[in-house]
Amino acid sequence: MKHRAGRARQEGDAGALPLEKLLGMYRGMVKIRQFEEKAKELFQQALIRGGVHFYIGQEAVAVGACAALREDDYITSNHRGHGHCIAKGGRLDLMMAELMGKATGYCKGKGGSMHIADLDRGILGANGLVGGSMPIAAGAALSAKLRGTGQVTVSFFGDGGANIGAFHESLNFAAIWKLPVVYVCENNLYAISTCAAEATAVENIADRAAGYNIPGVIVDGQDILAVYDAVSQAVQRARRGEGPSLLEAKTYRFEGHFTGDPGVGYRTKEEVEAWRQRDPIAKFRDDLTATAGVDEAQLKAIWDEAAQELEAAVAFAKASPEPADEELLTDIYA
Amino acid sequence: MSEMTYAQALNQALREEMRRDETVFLLGEDIAGYGGAFKVTQGLLDEFGPERVRNTPIAEYGIVGLAVGAALTGCRPVAEIMYMDFMALAIDQLANQAAKMRYMFGGKARVPMVVRAQEGAGRSNAAQHSQSLEAWFVHIPGIYVAIPSTPRDAKGLLKTAIRDDNPVMFIEHKLLYATRGEVPAGDDIIPLGQADVKRPGRDVTVVAVSRMVHVALQAAEQLQADGVEAEVIDPRTLVPLDVRTIADSVRRTHRLVIVHEAAERGGVSGEIAMAVMPEVFDYLDAPITRVTAPNSPVPFNARLEGRFIPTPERVAAAVRSLL
Repeated sequence: MKHRAGRARQEGDAGALPLEKLLGMYRGMVKIRQFEEKAKELFQQALIRGGVHFYIGQEAVAVGACAALREDDYITSNHRGHGHCIAKGGRLDLMMAELMGKATGYCKGKGGSMHIADLDRGILGANGLVGGSMPIAAGAALSAKLRGTGQVTVSFFGDGGANIGAFHESLNFAAIWKLPVVYVCENNLYAISTCAAEATAVENIADRAAGYNIPGVIVDGQDILAVYDAVSQAVQRARRGEGPSLLEAKTYRFEGHFTGDPGVGYRTKEEVEAWRQRDPIAKFRDDLTATAGVDEAQLKAIWDEAAQELEAAVAFAKASPEPADEELLTDIYA
Repeated sequence: MSEMTYAQALNQALREEMRRDETVFLLGEDIAGYGGAFKVTQGLLDEFGPERVRNTPIAEYGIVGLAVGAALTGCRPVAEIMYMDFMALAIDQLANQAAKMRYMFGGKARVPMVVRAQEGAGRSNAAQHSQSLEAWFVHIPGIYVAIPSTPRDAKGLLKTAIRDDNPVMFIEHKLLYATRGEVPAGDDIIPLGQADVKRPGRDVTVVAVSRMVHVALQAAEQLQADGVEAEVIDPRTLVPLDVRTIADSVRRTHRLVIVHEAAERGGVSGEIAMAVMPEVFDYLDAPITRVTAPNSPVPFNARLEGRFIPTPERVAAAVRSLL
């Protein structure tokens, strides 16, 4: 049931989508890139503590997938979650305050980078356990089915997550119960330092869809329109009650695994550079100017607007107070 | 008031809560047509249908994980894990996900779910189907732990657990399912954190957990013949723990024995003792003591298993040693 989605499809052409939608997608990618670059800088200044897993290089996956969703649809995320959160409409100011551990953050500073959630926007949480959100996504899909809401859940996970037992149990549950969930594997080739080829017996994670009798689709994760197109089809299928799909976006993290990993040693400079040449934002910018009639000035305006929003978010976060001591013992039980 | 078994009381609780709230649904292995390995869900498929009484694959991690996702998004799932031992397969979803979400997400998440599992030895089920593991869950902030010993408590606590907005680990005992007792009709709700004095007494306080409540009551009968009046207290929930009821009792009796079927090391007896210590230290006439299983796996051989499980005689002997 596996097929390879590609840019040859008519729907994948930039010209086939309304301009406002396209520019919104571009804005989403830019916001993620700028947010992550800023977070890196703030971490280096010790204004952000702990560890941060940067999404730089993978922006097309989160934004392309979330552009295919309704506002009330759900997403689950993983440790590399900032991009998913921003793509689903998460607020930069609340995110940045959370990264800095401030009382005004999404989680009152009690969750941090790996646990940001915005339940009002269907963001069911980043997750510190690899694979941990996969059955939660199936559960949210089951809940939507039982409540008859028509909501679909997209579950983001990585090539590392594909090798934990959660993957199998979740996909099997979703398949036997025809749950409205789309599993999006962001195969960025490395689970920390372990190459996917070393840890995975199949060439493509999507090949495993056959084991669950569901569609398995491979997309170019650097091509936002290909991602959007493939996820749209899977979401429509899920909404029709036909069950889950497994999508595999071939992508790459430009940075190391997290703030403490320079991302070299297990990857060659040539490999990193080759992927950097396939920057998803640069590619989309080219698509927009070539096929959607967008000019450079419009794109620069979007970049500048995003930078202003981010600057305000950082200022908000910096000016925000630390959580009060009492917060240590609140929110443990409802 | 009517007499019924512990299993029937649980069944009634599920049935009544499913009638009351359509977001309540059940999932677990063999719980639908088969009625559950211990027949707790018998007949519920007929009344509520396969959407709300869901047979699952053998996938404990997924069962609890799906419950977490459903609870987070507006349902009240009740998951059945066939044997407590299998919680080892699911504990990440309960301990790292369900228990943490409210806190990690700054108080915005609600995870109203119940995980039911039965524990305990006494059926020659050997080491992987007999453990008493309540202490695992007591140690994780963010989960409540209910552990009823009678049909009435089972029904009242399960109804409360289902209505509660937090994850509740609901621990049954395999040898209690067939035991009978009076259960009030209708909504006999038992709050979490309220211990029950199963037998009043003046000479010693015996705090017992799950089936050990009945063992303690038998011990109290034996002690009565010697003129010793034991007060038997069932905490009913270990989180929250009703420290006050236990401490009030110990201040009157000046002695405390704690009984559980779980292995001694790291068992809840240590926690109960330390929780009451500041309240009772000046009143104690003897050291707090405990009667528990040894620090061994549960043996298969029935004679060895009989030596593993605390007996009324051992409890009575522990009490006498304090007098």
